[in-house]
Amino acid sequence: MYKPNDLILRTTTSLIAFILLGFAVYLLFAGHNSPGGGFIGGLVTAAAIVLMYMAYGIETVDKVLPINFETLISIGLITAIVTGLGSFLFDVPFLSHTFDYFEFPIFGEVELATAMLFDIGVYFTVVGVTVTIILNIANDQ
Amino acid sequence: MTDNLLDVTETILDITLFISFIAISLSLILLLIRMLKGPTNPDRAVALDTIGINLMGVAALLAIYLITPNLNDVILLIAILAFLGTVAIAKYLEKGVIIDRDMD
Repeated sequence: MYKPNDLILRTTTSLIAFILLGFAVYLLFAGHNSPGGGFIGGLVTAAAIVLMYMAYGIETVDKVLPINFETLISIGLITAIVTGLGSFLFDVPFLSHTFDYFEFPIFGEVELATAMLFDIGVYFTVVGVTVTIILNIANDQ
Repeated sequence: MTDNLLDVTETILDITLFISFIAISLSLILLLIRMLKGPTNPDRAVALDTIGINLMGVAALLAIYLITPNLNDVILLIAILAFLGTVAIAKYLEKGVIIDRDMD
């Protein structure tokens, strides 16, 4: 087996992966008022991670990103459930969500909704499921 | 006078959109022929990648036609997915595996 030279692919990957992660964060936070949300943000993050896996191989990326993606599924599901259970603290039905306006030093007045926390749970679950599926298929002999 | 000018620009925009849609459809048909006939697999991969780029054009024209800014994310997403798919196809054609266990 000859050794291929992946210089262009690796350089492009290290640039594009960051753009992809930034786009994923934008999609996650834009989901309230425009197209986007936890699902598509998680898919774009998974795309960035899979791109790194394709360019650098499994061992290197496992060293750079020491994340167990199966644990990430549980973390996401627990986050989503806890945001639902949190509504019991205020004596309202399960999964009731609320929002409020807060002042921040740079951003000014920002509307923060608890639906965002639920979206972050969806985000982690989607990232975990997608990367787990692709890695398990790739590890198949 | 101003209304007249607006009408004229709107007509020009409509005509331009019409021509662009027809041109992109022709381009997509030619690419489809290349994808179906392509003698080798790299030919089909390049045709698919270019179809992705043409789809970005279709989405952009549709955003102008429907007068909505909500399709801009879709354009970026199509670009990302086309790039990822092309890299995956290229790696498969080159090495036989898409995600390799160790790079040596």
